Amino acid sequence: MKMTKVEQKTIPLNGDEAVAYAVKQCDVDVVAAYPITPQTIIVEKFSEYVANGEVDTEFVCVESEHTAMTCSITAAATGARTFTATASAGLALMHEMLGVASGSRMPIVMSVVNRALSAPLNIHCDHADSMAQRDLGWIQMYAENSQEAYDSIIQAFKIAENLEVQLPIMVGIDGFVLSHTLENVTVLPDETVKKFVGIRQIPHVMNHRGEIVPFKLDPEKPLTLGPVALQDYYFEHKRQQEEAMKKALKVIKQVHNEYAKQSGRSYGNALVEAYRLEDAEIVTVCIGSTAGTIKTVVDDLREKGIKAGLLRLRTFRPVPVEDIISNLSGKKAVAVMDRSSSFGGNGGPIFIEIRHALYDVSDSPKVVNYIYGLGGRDTRPIMIESIYKDLQNIAKTGQIENKIQFVGLRE
Amino acid sequence: MTEWKVTGKEFAKIPEKFMPGHRACAGCGPAIALRLVMKAARGPVIATNATGCMEVVSTIYPNTAWDVPWIHTAFETAAANAAGIESALKILRKKGRIKDEHIDVVAFAGDGGTFDIGFQALSGAVERGHDFLYVLYDNEAYMNTGIQRSGGTPHGAWTTTSPAGEVIPGKPQYKKPIADIMVAHEMPYVATASIGYWNDMVKKARKGMEINGPAFLHSFAPCPRGWRSETAQSVEISRLAVETCVFPLWEAECGEYKLSPKSKIIAMKPEKKKPVEVYLKTQRRFRHLFKPKNKHILDEIQNNVDRRWKKLLKACEIE
Repeated sequence: MKMTKVEQKTIPLNGDEAVAYAVKQCDVDVVAAYPITPQTIIVEKFSEYVANGEVDTEFVCVESEHTAMTCSITAAATGARTFTATASAGLALMHEMLGVASGSRMPIVMSVVNRALSAPLNIHCDHADSMAQRDLGWIQMYAENSQEAYDSIIQAFKIAENLEVQLPIMVGIDGFVLSHTLENVTVLPDETVKKFVGIRQIPHVMNHRGEIVPFKLDPEKPLTLGPVALQDYYFEHKRQQEEAMKKALKVIKQVHNEYAKQSGRSYGNALVEAYRLEDAEIVTVCIGSTAGTIKTVVDDLREKGIKAGLLRLRTFRPVPVEDIISNLSGKKAVAVMDRSSSFGGNGGPIFIEIRHALYDVSDSPKVVNYIYGLGGRDTRPIMIESIYKDLQNIAKTGQIENKIQFVGLRE
Repeated sequence: MTEWKVTGKEFAKIPEKFMPGHRACAGCGPAIALRLVMKAARGPVIATNATGCMEVVSTIYPNTAWDVPWIHTAFETAAANAAGIESALKILRKKGRIKDEHIDVVAFAGDGGTFDIGFQALSGAVERGHDFLYVLYDNEAYMNTGIQRSGGTPHGAWTTTSPAGEVIPGKPQYKKPIADIMVAHEMPYVATASIGYWNDMVKKARKGMEINGPAFLHSFAPCPRGWRSETAQSVEISRLAVETCVFPLWEAECGEYKLSPKSKIIAMKPEKKKPVEVYLKTQRRFRHLFKPKNKHILDEIQNNVDRRWKKLLKACEIE
């Protein structure tokens, strides 16, 4: 897609720097953050922007991630555009406040640099941290590379702040694989981004005086935020969050397409990216940076005449059910790759979603699960090839031997 | 800074911001503290609350007792809430997106949310120097959850998690000296106040709002339900706490301690200092201490009050 009219430049950035650069361009009012590996570069880089006067942002170096999220919530409630970033244990420490952010409908953007959870302590990539937050009402997106991290952060502000959405968004980037690896990243001019995200719009609600007021803390138009809602109102609040998630599916696409027109860069249909999927018979499904490795393997297999394909989920919450069905129904065998486990569960979190979405489809494929790459275990092309080999067998025999397997593990 | 002086008549005319109609119990000390502090605001103000009695009784959706912008997020977050609000106000004002010259930010939390679970966020916000007034309404236990001990529960007190049993007669530990710990942060303003002395409290609340940077107001606020005291006696009990030196009134600007008038009188005329028993007797949470076998606990409490009072006088350079 080459529709871009603005002049862009390509600069070397690692994933964390790409995120920080995007935030710098988005006219963010408040950043409250705490350093944690492998997110640290984001706060370091942003500190430099602040120290050099390159941003017009109030940067709060808080004493914990719990406070980082709390400050983000109340800053957003005061009307500020708000960003934070975290990883692993930091995200886990935020857990309580993540539910408050979404329940209070605060359009916070957060970069999660995906990293394993303790114990044992491990600083490398897997998706256990953000998957553990999946039911808290945050939109979850996962980037394949640093370019997409940059593009997604910019889009995230516009999605979160959309008046029909008003939900917080986390953009996942794989720890070290993306966060600490230098890539060429093409960036838009500052002015283009500023214009694209615009000034934060604030919805209006009715306050206790019966006045229609902006949904923020404003002494002239008082509003009570974060009250107690008991049996007679809590349920309705939660129902509205569900509704906002549904609307987000449409808005994510709109914003993505609008951005594509400016930048010339697009990622599938915004919700999923189908790679050589049209005539594919055996397919893997994944999120994040592993998609890059899989694409190479798919190309190699195609050279050999094997009809392999990949479906990458760009958004995991809301789950793009229709896209999953339209892309996978009629395939012979599908391997869902999970970079986290759900201990004692019936497969990893992505597997559960994919298999569930395909349950009602008449020509549903055989769907199996591969848990891989926990704690940063390298996922090499040979492992992906072995998965496609398994899929070929399943496609041929129609039999599944092991529904859930571990790949790249010493057993 | 010139001290704000207000007569009772003038004060009565200030419109309420924490409105009647909330669901606090009869004789609720914290509700009085909140009302006084909110009326002390000099202009536009945003309030925030930790989870606890005062949040629960005042904001049952779709009703509210707050006629100012107000937000609650979680139990341990009052100071962090204030930090976020203040940071946002600062930048939005700079960018010209809000027009108020100044907006006071006031955070309310109970002893559970201050001495215990919220202490980290409080310490962090004060260290970073956010401009806000933090009001601790101290009713000396987790009252909203049903009277469990907190770091602010006094020695010997009965609570449901420090019951007065045959072997352990009430809370074994002493109350955490939270206001002194805040002074140790070398913050601009720390003060203690009591709902028994409204004028002293509103002056201190106003001062805390006017001072640039963080201010901490430790407000003594009885809970008749939790203290097993008479609902009509909350104000009287609050005065007895000051008169016995269980809860002396003072303020500290940048670490410099100064006694407030009511406590200063006792410092000048030590014979006015009442024995701690007259205070303890007003509350059935201490009644087991009056059994003969627990006499030593009463002595310990008195000794501790005396020791701390002496220490305070020294800090105030009164020998």
